[in-house]
Amino acid sequence: MSNQGPTGTWVIVFSFCVAYFLALLPFPHWAEWGRPEWVALVLLYWVIALPHRVGVMTGWMVGLGVDVMEGSVLGLNALSLAVMAYLAILLHRRLRVFPAWQQALAVLVLVGLSQLMVRVISNLVGGMPSTMWYWVPSIVSAFLWPWLLVILRFIRRRFVVT
Amino acid sequence: MVVVAVLSLGLMFVDHRTQYLSPVRYYAAYLATPFQYAANVPADVSAWVYDTFSSRESLLTENAKLQARAVLLQRRVQKLAALSAENIRLRELLNSSSLVNDNVTVAEIIGVAPDPFRHEIIINKGAKNGVFMGLPVLDAQGLMGQVIEVGPFVSRALLISDSSHAIPVQINRNGVRAIAVGGGSLDLLVLTHVPDTADVVEGDILVSSGLGLRFPRGYPVGVVTRVQHDPGESFAIVEAKPSAHLDRSRHVLLVFKEQKQLDWDDLN
Repeated sequence: MSNQGPTGTWVIVFSFCVAYFLALLPFPHWAEWGRPEWVALVLLYWVIALPHRVGVMTGWMVGLGVDVMEGSVLGLNALSLAVMAYLAILLHRRLRVFPAWQQALAVLVLVGLSQLMVRVISNLVGGMPSTMWYWVPSIVSAFLWPWLLVILRFIRRRFVVT
Repeated sequence: MVVVAVLSLGLMFVDHRTQYLSPVRYYAAYLATPFQYAANVPADVSAWVYDTFSSRESLLTENAKLQARAVLLQRRVQKLAALSAENIRLRELLNSSSLVNDNVTVAEIIGVAPDPFRHEIIINKGAKNGVFMGLPVLDAQGLMGQVIEVGPFVSRALLISDSSHAIPVQINRNGVRAIAVGGGSLDLLVLTHVPDTADVVEGDILVSSGLGLRFPRGYPVGVVTRVQHDPGESFAIVEAKPSAHLDRSRHVLLVFKEQKQLDWDDLN
C-alpha cells in the first residue's frame, strides 16, 4: 500500500460536480429557503474522511466554483468554505468517533458558521433583507448529514478512494 | 489558511470595486454553463412529459383558447399599427426623435439564483448572441429586469424586484415621475421619494420613463397597490406590484434598443 499513490481523484471531483448540480437545481418557490448546502456537506465529508488530500486549498477552489456559478462576489464562498474546511480539519479526529447524530450537530455549527460568513460579507457588499429564514439551510443540511454520510462512505469504499 | 483568507479578501475587494475580473468571469462561465444547463434538465423533462402525455382534449381546449387569444391580439395589433403611424407623424411634427421599433430577441430562462435573497435569472443567450451589460429583459406582461453579467452562452439578469435594483418610472395616467426600487419580494416594488402632494392613487399603471437611458420608454413596470400618507413621514408610502410574471415566465424578450435621432436633413 505504501508505494501506491492517492487513488480515486475522479470520484471526489465527480461528487463535487453532483453537489454543484444539486445546488443549482431549481426548487419550487415555497421550498427555496430550505435548500441544503450540498457543496459544503460534500466538502465536509471528504475533509473528515481524507484530511490529507482534501483540505483548505480544495475548499477554497471548490468555493470559487460556487462563486462563479452563483454569480456572487468572487472569493465569498471560497473564503467561507476554506474556513469551514480548516475548522473541520482541526476537529476531524473528534468528529470521526462521534455517532452520526452528534456529527450532525457539529455539521449544523460548521455550516452555520460558513453561512454566517457569507451573510456578513454579503451585507458589506450589498444590502440584504434580514430574516431568520436565512438559517434554515444549515438546519436542513444537518438533518441530511447522516444519510449523506452513509451514501458517501459507501461510494468511498466501493471505489477505494484513499 | 491565512494565505487563503488574504487571497479571498483581496479577490472580493478587486471584484467588488473594480472591473478587472470581468474577463475572468467571462471565461469561467465556460465551466459554469454545463452545470447551469444540466440543472435545468429535470424541469425540461417534466415539461416534456407533461406535453407528451397530456390528453387530446386538453390540448384541443388549449389550442382553441390560444386561437381565440391570437385573434384578439391581432385585432389589437391592427389598431396599434395605425396608432403608431399616427404617433410617428405627430412626433415628426413636434420635431422630436422618432420612435424606432425596438429589435427584440426571445430567450429562455434556464435557471434562477439559488439564493432566495437575490432575484436573478439565468437566460440562454450570451455574448455570442449579442447580449451586453444592461440589456433590458421583458416578458409578455412587462419589464423584468436587466442583464448584469454576460457569459459566452448564458447571461445573468437582475430582476426589478431585487432590493438592489431601481428603475425610473412614470405614472401612465398623468406622467408623474418616480423611482421604483425593488422590495426584496417578488411581488413588491417601492416608489421612493414621492411627495405627499403627488397625484398617485391605487391602480395607477407605472411605465418605464426611459430616463437614465437604460430601459426603453413606455413599457409597463407595475401597478400601484398601496398609497399611504403618513404625517410623520416626509414622503408618501407607495407600493406597487410588478406587471411582469417574475416567478412564472419561461420565455423572456431581450430588447435591443435602436434610438435614432432625427437629423435636420431628414426634415428638410
